[in-house]
Amino acid sequence: MKFTFSWLKDHLDTEASLDEVCEALTMLGLEVDGVEDRARDLAAFTTARVLSAEPHPQADRLRVCLVDTGAEEVQVVCGAPNARTGMMGVFAPSGSWIPGTDLRLKKTTIRGVESNGMLLSERELGVSDEHEGIVELPADTPLGAPYARIAGLDDPVIEIGLTPNRGDCAGIRGIARDLAARGLGALKGVPGWGETVPGAFESPVAVRLELGDRPEACPLFAGRYVRGVSNGPSPKWVQDRLRAVGLRPISALVDITNYFTLDMGRPLHVFDADRLEGDVVVRMGRDGEEIAALDGRSYTADADMTLICDEAKGNAFGGIMGGEATGCTEDTVNVFLESALFDPLRTAATGRRIGVQSDARYRFERGVDPTSAVAGMEAATRMILDFCGGEASLPVVAGGEPDWRRRYRFRPERVEGLGGVAVPAARSVEILRALGFGVEDGAMSVAPPPWRPDILGEADLVEEVLRVHGFEHIPVADFPAPAVLPAPALTRAAAHAAKLRRALAAAGMAEAVTFSFMPAGHAALFGGGDALLRLDNPISTDLDCMRPSILPNLLDAARRNADGGRAAGALFEVGPVFRPEAAAIEPEGQLQAAGGVRWGATPRHWSQRPRPVDALDAKADALTALKALEAPVDKLRVTADAPAWFHPGRSGALRLGAVPLAWFGELHPRVLEAFDAAGPLAAFEAFPDAVPVPRAKAGGKLRPALSRSAFQPVERDFAFVVAEEIEADSVLRAVRNADKALIADATVFDVYRGKGIEQGRKSLAVAVTLQPQDATLTDADLEAASARIVAAVAKATGAVLRG
Amino acid sequence: MSDELTALRDELEGAVQAADSLEALEDVRVRALGRRGAVTGLMKSLGRSAPEERRERGQALNLLKQAVSDAIDARRAALAEAELERRLASERIDVTLPVRPAPEGSLHPISQTIDEVTQIFGEMGFRWAEGPDIEDDWHNFTALNIPPEHPARQEMDTFYLAGEAGSRPVLRTHTSPVQIRTMQAAPPPLRVIVPGRTYRSDHDATHSPMFHQVEGLAIGKAIHMGHLKGCLIEFCRAFFGVADLPVRFRPSHFPFTEPSAEVDIGCTREGGQLRIGAGGDWLEILGSGMVHPKVIANCGLDPEEWQGFAFGMGIERIAMLKYGIPDLRTMFDSDLRWLRHYGFPPLDIPGLIAEAAE
Repeated sequence: MKFTFSWLKDHLDTEASLDEVCEALTMLGLEVDGVEDRARDLAAFTTARVLSAEPHPQADRLRVCLVDTGAEEVQVVCGAPNARTGMMGVFAPSGSWIPGTDLRLKKTTIRGVESNGMLLSERELGVSDEHEGIVELPADTPLGAPYARIAGLDDPVIEIGLTPNRGDCAGIRGIARDLAARGLGALKGVPGWGETVPGAFESPVAVRLELGDRPEACPLFAGRYVRGVSNGPSPKWVQDRLRAVGLRPISALVDITNYFTLDMGRPLHVFDADRLEGDVVVRMGRDGEEIAALDGRSYTADADMTLICDEAKGNAFGGIMGGEATGCTEDTVNVFLESALFDPLRTAATGRRIGVQSDARYRFERGVDPTSAVAGMEAATRMILDFCGGEASLPVVAGGEPDWRRRYRFRPERVEGLGGVAVPAARSVEILRALGFGVEDGAMSVAPPPWRPDILGEADLVEEVLRVHGFEHIPVADFPAPAVLPAPALTRAAAHAAKLRRALAAAGMAEAVTFSFMPAGHAALFGGGDALLRLDNPISTDLDCMRPSILPNLLDAARRNADGGRAAGALFEVGPVFRPEAAAIEPEGQLQAAGGVRWGATPRHWSQRPRPVDALDAKADALTALKALEAPVDKLRVTADAPAWFHPGRSGALRLGAVPLAWFGELHPRVLEAFDAAGPLAAFEAFPDAVPVPRAKAGGKLRPALSRSAFQPVERDFAFVVAEEIEADSVLRAVRNADKALIADATVFDVYRGKGIEQGRKSLAVAVTLQPQDATLTDADLEAASARIVAAVAKATGAVLRG
Repeated sequence: MSDELTALRDELEGAVQAADSLEALEDVRVRALGRRGAVTGLMKSLGRSAPEERRERGQALNLLKQAVSDAIDARRAALAEAELERRLASERIDVTLPVRPAPEGSLHPISQTIDEVTQIFGEMGFRWAEGPDIEDDWHNFTALNIPPEHPARQEMDTFYLAGEAGSRPVLRTHTSPVQIRTMQAAPPPLRVIVPGRTYRSDHDATHSPMFHQVEGLAIGKAIHMGHLKGCLIEFCRAFFGVADLPVRFRPSHFPFTEPSAEVDIGCTREGGQLRIGAGGDWLEILGSGMVHPKVIANCGLDPEEWQGFAFGMGIERIAMLKYGIPDLRTMFDSDLRWLRHYGFPPLDIPGLIAEAAE
């Protein structure tokens, strides 16, 4: 909503400065989005007379002008074709900033002739795109006067952002009322508002509301027929004001409708009565009905839209935009004025559907004062007669004013109860009355004015008092925690996420945050794509399905990074994944997951040879994640049955019993191909929600006593030759189970294939740590333990000791 | 000491000095003090001397033995020192070589910012609450006093999942539905914050179809706007680390609060550079207000008994302001260079165990 300072002063008798008004507006909830003070930008420019304009001795297209600025005579070199002796123009002295070019003017020499300033075009002044020549002012323009004042550009333009509840402030009247209530001046009367204009004859155009069971679509239509008008340009002061707020003056009749729209928040429309066929009919649209609107475009109506029609066809969208065929032109002689009420919701819905934003819609969808329909019709009729002459008919009114009167209980102490600031009851009443509310003395029952449909209860009244009184006057109250030491804030899921993030980042991966949706094709490759999880209205087909897994997004990101030359890297994300149950808002449908990818090779370095990332890197990451969640990692089984998007021979699952806690491995080549990604690439995905809640222990947080053996541990190495398909884990398990009390640890330190080992077999070198508890191990103990280990492994895996 | 012994001492001391290795020195020691050594031999022959001569000669021989032994010890120490020097010189490595690689990971600024926000509100007694990203219409709109006709419900703002009109699940457009879930789940008084993902059908330079919000809710019997101001001023100053940060509350409108306030913080834009702090300009950072009585009633509570405040802010926005991140869209690009540049080291955990501000 834009308006000028002087226009505001039509309604508000005030001595307040522009800055004071802007500050008050913002603190009233009418946030100032911008102030355009042209007088400030144009302050350096004054009117000046060209005393002489001689050809430049060195350049055909330039002139050397002697300019009288009123204060002095200066020489200016000018390239404008219209620079000539005797003309009045706009002078910019050296050192001034030129808005149109964003340059600071310097004293200069052009082809040997000194130039001490500039004569400006409208484009250079920043007031229009006109650059054919320099500005020419009327010969009787005073010399040395500020250009901004001469051009009527010294009226600051204020733009406020209106919240959707404040339809009343879509008119300058409402803004002035708020400012007056806040003490920035006195609200003036509006000349002519509320007066009636006598009519001389019965309107030849009648209005019929044919809305069937939807009378609320247009409850009231007030009109006038004015015959014999002459539709020339509107007076300059109207044009100046419209132009200042960004509207193009068109003709007196159209400008009048725009003027009331801005001034009183009262949208109007004018029909060329001679172009109407019969009466005006307000009815719902017909599906597929084409409406040729004022903007020269055609729109398709439907049965939910309110149309203004004549007997022949639909002409206009009620409350949004008039029709092309019935609009007023310079030739209009007989005009029919419309001042109606339209349903806010229907107006908003229609505007959205046809994609039209207009000044009328802006107001009707916020709610227009129902009492302004007749008053606006009367005041506009008066203005038409004043500007265009003619003769007015008797008023035409169809429907009636909807009942807007209501009352709410108001307890003045609620201002302090909710607002935290003591406002005397009398002050609250004063504020409400200044805003137009009816307050009965004593009985605390308050009636909102017709222009405030947004007021719907006591809390709204409290807000009115508080915002006028000033939020800045609410004392700041301490809000300490209920206990001196607050309890930990995180839920289990949040604590999981926090631990996962820091653990995976510590493992060298960079955290990414990617969208919760992805292309359905990607989702389908990772077990998703269910119809229940498709978006009905995606922004694009790239974002049309809720993700079943984090990996597709990370895979895509890895591919983009690799394409950008980052040939190796690691990314992870902790976030939601979705199962079809999520569409029924079932908690088990929305899980938290942690996913990660590594791609490329380990770095080239003097100390180690690079190697491509592989499934075991992903396994390490999965274990890092599960350890961070305090999952019982030593009880996990590793199974080679990861889902189909993994490489079947290079992937696995980490399971607690049958429940998978994580997948890991290299991705299936077909999946990589679908993402246009190249290996090596390894990924994991872990599921924190599947990690069991640790059983509460009797001792609470107490740790069991530490048991440290007094005897030396002994390390023994074994080389087992096994068939190629025997998994390392089965060998290690057999080792550990050979003597659970004695064997503290077992790990594989070498895997060998080749010379000395039969084809189809491999040698696993296993280091076993034996930890005696009761006595130092004798040679005989060691021999016995070794024999048990060898026997156990042989039994479990068919291994033989390497000779 | 006789000339003979003096000559022997000189000779042995000469040999000790001439020994250029520990092995050569050992040879000298054996030759002098070993079982068949020269000094040992003379000691052995002492028994054959006359008793009066024996005492005198014995003293002289002991002196000789001591002198030779001291010389050997001194020489041995010198040789060992030289040997160590040589070894150390030979063991020199190039310590300027790059260390073995240990790739550093990083946390996303969104995560870090959520942790920072959690830390500050946690100190004020707020606890986390959660709700689903896929929500029903009632929690996301109706219960929050957003009527069916409200523009926010239109497709231009809200993502819907497939389903029948009127009952289609939505991707939550704000974290506010968790207000409802929280009030329904447990009786007040309560203080919760709700960080989480939110979705709106908007994609341009300053809008992302997915973004993060943190919702706050405090419900009690006498919580009023003065408390709202106190709580949010504390937060803004702690979060941006500016003790005298100006914070302004100005009236606004949200369907689910009444009265409603936008919160601005002070800033300057001198020289085109935005700086948070006192300086005459304002920057909007969050929306807040007293929870609308209808919202409280929708949760089954009596608005005559319970009241409180709520607020909501964009995580990306406050992160961008605090850390000078220029472009929203880059947050979700997963570009490694961006993540390393704007990310945080894994052990940078917001909390009291941190360096105090000056």
